[in-house]
Amino acid sequence: MPDIGAAVKQKIFLVMIAAAVIVAGCKTKPVQEESSTSTPVSSASTPAVTTGGVATVDMDQRAGTSSGASGPNTQQTAQRIIYFDFDSSDIRNEYVDVIAAHGRYLAGNATVRVRLEGHTDERGSREYNIGLGERRAQTVKRALMLQGVQEAQIATVSYGEERPAAAGSDEAAWSKNRRVEMVYIN
Amino acid sequence: MTLKTCRSAFCALLLSVCATAHAQLQIDITRGVSDPVPVAVVPFARAAAVDGGTDVAGIIERDLASSGRFKGIERRAMPAQPQKAADVNGAAWRAVRADYVVVGRVVAAGSENVSLHFGLVNALTGQKMLEDETITVSGKALRKGAHRIADVIFEKITGVRGAFDTRIAYIAVEGVAPDQRFQLIVADADGENAAVAARGSRPLMSPAWSPDGEWLAYVSFEKGVSTVNVQRVRTGELRTVSARNGVNGAPTYSPDGKQLALTLGGSGGNLDIYVLDLATQNLARMTDDPAIDTQPAWSPDGKTLYFLSDRGGAPQIYAVDARAGARARRVSFGVAYAARPRVSPDGKLLALEVQEDGAFHIATLDLASGNITSLSRGALDESPSFAPNGAMLIYAGRERGQGVLATVSVDGQVTARLQSSQGDVREPVWGPFTN
Repeated sequence: MPDIGAAVKQKIFLVMIAAAVIVAGCKTKPVQEESSTSTPVSSASTPAVTTGGVATVDMDQRAGTSSGASGPNTQQTAQRIIYFDFDSSDIRNEYVDVIAAHGRYLAGNATVRVRLEGHTDERGSREYNIGLGERRAQTVKRALMLQGVQEAQIATVSYGEERPAAAGSDEAAWSKNRRVEMVYIN
Repeated sequence: MTLKTCRSAFCALLLSVCATAHAQLQIDITRGVSDPVPVAVVPFARAAAVDGGTDVAGIIERDLASSGRFKGIERRAMPAQPQKAADVNGAAWRAVRADYVVVGRVVAAGSENVSLHFGLVNALTGQKMLEDETITVSGKALRKGAHRIADVIFEKITGVRGAFDTRIAYIAVEGVAPDQRFQLIVADADGENAAVAARGSRPLMSPAWSPDGEWLAYVSFEKGVSTVNVQRVRTGELRTVSARNGVNGAPTYSPDGKQLALTLGGSGGNLDIYVLDLATQNLARMTDDPAIDTQPAWSPDGKTLYFLSDRGGAPQIYAVDARAGARARRVSFGVAYAARPRVSPDGKLLALEVQEDGAFHIATLDLASGNITSLSRGALDESPSFAPNGAMLIYAGRERGQGVLATVSVDGQVTARLQSSQGDVREPVWGPFTN
């Protein structure tokens, strides 16, 4: 009987492992939803796929079901993205009316909540950019509160440079990435 | 496993559905010392039934070369194929300009284990520096055994503990926003045996090893807000240790592994440095300044926290005693932008990102003199992390719009690139010694 080469054996072995990984991955049970997101500490025994001493956690299975909301529907509030200048968290004149319109809507609908998602371009250190994105979100938050929006209606999150709206390493991309997105939530 | 072996539709499915990680080190010495020490690593005698075709000598040679201090000798130039130190004829190896000769053999030890027998000879003096050492590993862990031999050889010749049998973690991103896939990957220090520790459609960032190498701390956003998690690598046990309002970021373990330094922003969005006791959940505030304070890094004695702050206008590095209420002092001068401090294992250097001439480079800052030395020349180099022996750093750069990983010797003389096919890779962190 002809002997199969070591390389072929290795490939077969790898394919077998791969198949085992897929099967194990598909059997993974959904993670139990945590009771409260406000608790600072939580632990979950997470089902895991193990390869070479490393278990895999699927973060999407832990994600909360955040039901999106459509929010207001006027010409001004249709604009949900505020863009910023380089290294700046100042609100440009062109966005003052847009933010005021959202502020009036939220002030008049106290049960509606909005999440302000701050972003930066790719230049600079990642965690520092988390700080800059948060600064931008906080600027918009303060502008909304000046319209009478309650603080409890506003959440902020900064993604820094991690979720660019446009790929590329030029000003055309960077200017689209320096932004705060307003996401209505229930 | 190379890209070519993975061309089948099955493997494509594997990569896309189950996201098996996959990287390999291609030693690509972009800058090297003028005079690396020539070492002949003679192919090890095989134990075909148990070694799975693993080229032990090839792994040892690549490890040693990646340090920049050594270079291999081509196999076809080798005058003989000895397997024991006693059989090495120094004169014959001097003739092919080898200063050292590494020999060995793989021997089956029971049905599942293998013993690696190896020796080291100084070809110039004929001295047997290692006569017949033995490392026994599971047959599946032959690569690990080879890395351990490289560690022993490296230490025997240089006097510096080797860090080849260690692991790295990093973030890989596939796809373009908003359809990104993030993976937290753990791999051997040479990029092999890459495996996914966490994955998701929202950002994963800021990985940090626990001092015992059992846990990774990192930041995730799967609930639409930032959280700091710690995860036991082997089991996947996950604890969310900070999910406070606003920013939860930049975790790093204290040297004793009992505390995390991290950045919190609160609902007001003022980022400051805190220390969280992992057992008691006690939280102590280390800085209180309206500026952005982030990226804390511990000194090896646990007494000092280095961090980034833009309290002076631009980002610079500051230090503060790791006790509540202490006053911070600035430590970086002479560069327009300094970020992401990491402290060397001996506590004498900081690795940093600095901005020079519009580009971001990796640099070291000598804490005694304040001198800053650039180690890299890319446009967007970031996230330096010391090897546990302090001899090398791993960092991320960008080439043709993709993140790539590279190592550089601490003196900046030798750069080697780690090839990856995982798309955009970033934020490498070098794990601790584990043996």
